[in-house]
Amino acid sequence: MRSDAGWQLDLQPAGADALTVVLGGCWCIDQHLPSADSLQERLNPQIRHIRFDTSRLADWDSGLPSFVFVIGKLCMDRDIAVDFGGLPPGAQRLLAMAIAVPEQELASRSDDAAGLLASVGAASLGFFHGAPQMLGFLGEVTLSLLRLLTGRARFRRRDLWLEIEEVGPRALPIVSVISFLVGLILAYLGADQLRLVGAQVFIADLVAIGMVREVGALMTGIIIAGRTGAAFAAQLGTMQVNEEIDAYKTLGISAIDFLVLPRMLALMLMVPLLTLYSGFIGMLAGLLVSVTVFDIGVFEYYTETLRALELKHFAVGLSKGTVYGAMIAFAGCLRGMQCGRSAEAVGHAATSAVVTAILLITIVASIMTIVYYQLGI
Amino acid sequence: MDNAPHIEVRDLTMAYGEFIVQRGIEFTVNQGDIFVVMGGNGCGKTTLMRALVGLQRPAAGTVLYGGEDFWNVEPEARQRLKRRLGILFQGGALWSSLTLAENVALPIAEYTGLPQDRVDEIVAFKLALVGLAGFEEFYPSELSGGMKKRAGLARAMALDPDILVIDEPSSGLDPLTARRLDELIVELRDSLGTTIVVVTHELASILSIGNNSIYLDSESHTMIATGNPQEALKNGHPKVRNFLTRGGTA
Repeated sequence: MRSDAGWQLDLQPAGADALTVVLGGCWCIDQHLPSADSLQERLNPQIRHIRFDTSRLADWDSGLPSFVFVIGKLCMDRDIAVDFGGLPPGAQRLLAMAIAVPEQELASRSDDAAGLLASVGAASLGFFHGAPQMLGFLGEVTLSLLRLLTGRARFRRRDLWLEIEEVGPRALPIVSVISFLVGLILAYLGADQLRLVGAQVFIADLVAIGMVREVGALMTGIIIAGRTGAAFAAQLGTMQVNEEIDAYKTLGISAIDFLVLPRMLALMLMVPLLTLYSGFIGMLAGLLVSVTVFDIGVFEYYTETLRALELKHFAVGLSKGTVYGAMIAFAGCLRGMQCGRSAEAVGHAATSAVVTAILLITIVASIMTIVYYQLGI
Repeated sequence: MDNAPHIEVRDLTMAYGEFIVQRGIEFTVNQGDIFVVMGGNGCGKTTLMRALVGLQRPAAGTVLYGGEDFWNVEPEARQRLKRRLGILFQGGALWSSLTLAENVALPIAEYTGLPQDRVDEIVAFKLALVGLAGFEEFYPSELSGGMKKRAGLARAMALDPDILVIDEPSSGLDPLTARRLDELIVELRDSLGTTIVVVTHELASILSIGNNSIYLDSESHTMIATGNPQEALKNGHPKVRNFLTRGGTA
């Protein structure tokens, strides 16, 4: 065989049971060298010896030994004796190093695409495996909270303040923007319907009660899940990768107390406050729309809002905010602590944290809404 | 410019903001040298390496490869120079979402356009060279630290680079594996003519494989010695001798 690229490969029989592989020209990695597999069919069963002739070899790099290496492996499988003596001394030494450590016989790792049924099965098993883990984590966090109440939880107060700053004040801009726009949407939505009965002034009621009771908490929850829940998972996940969490464990320091508790507390304190703030911004947007678009007086809107809002609405909003905060911290920390030891696993943990948090928030929101309705709150 | 030295570093200063790590670094590496950058912890060895391979622009001075000024050529030319370099990072820096075989294959596939079966052969050979035959389908997270390092070397030499820059080759390796790695480094130089720059403080490696070296001092923030490490051990700067004898000649 010969190629335009400048390498030559020739197989010359040398007696009945021997073959000489003649290599010539330039055997460099960026030349389009032949694959050693192409030799496979030429190795007929009579051949017992292979040697190499490189007298016409002009230039080589690891393109040559990598080619010969594969021939060597093929021959080893077929009990053919290979004599590397004809190769350049450097290539011989490299080959000797490559052969020095025998190939590890490792369980073959086929990632055959599993069938649909197998995938469904694996996912189900994963769920049943994951549920006890989640419950276990819930138990650990609960114990940690109890330790906090009895004053025995160990964590650095400074961490708590740093987390509070990170999840609270720094989230104000995004919470403001989203709440303002949602308030605006609510006002338009309400105005359209209330106009039918000529009761547009009740926009104020709708926006105030809607924002304070439900939407403020829900929006804040979803924003914080994306912003802080993902961050928690990524932080704890990276700590898992760096063996930082193992280091806490070996010191007998509870990673739950030290890492999860401050984050949990920060969110349980800050999300209700952000919810309150979100409700206020939403009402502001409602006022703006009512005054400028629907000709409702500022004072009229103000008194209507005051009349509509009762303390129980705030209680509902704040309680939801607190629970959502706990859910977000729970999901973020859980996924972070479960994180594997690679960059990919950290990304997966962050994604999973947001999905879990939003799922938990939605489930809890539904349950609380039904319960509050039944209780007449 | 064929007669120009392989690597030439001219009056290099490396700094982080106002903090000068090293200044006035000057040395020349010839084709086929095994050049050792030594110095204690935190003296700026890795920072120097980052300046050599184009990851961190030096505060002053420059690096020339075969006479071409690495930091002051056009981006395309710099890209071409980078292709001549193979780099092994301290922790291996394997891509965690790729298997070992894919890690080694990526530079080959990216730059040569060889068919897959040929790429697989080269990958198998490179992994066998570092003693990792059979681990092709493993992910980096399934390997020990030493195996990651060796796999990183297989990736660094995937394209038969002219210059191999290695950061701490033997840290985290057992003595026998470390020695095998040293032998491999020497063999790469001998058989393929690769020029090797090793950043290390592993005494056994420095003395057995290095034929030229530079010592970076962390107190004066500059180099205080160059030359063959064996020479430096016999009659070099007291600080260097102290370093090379683990404080034995203080």
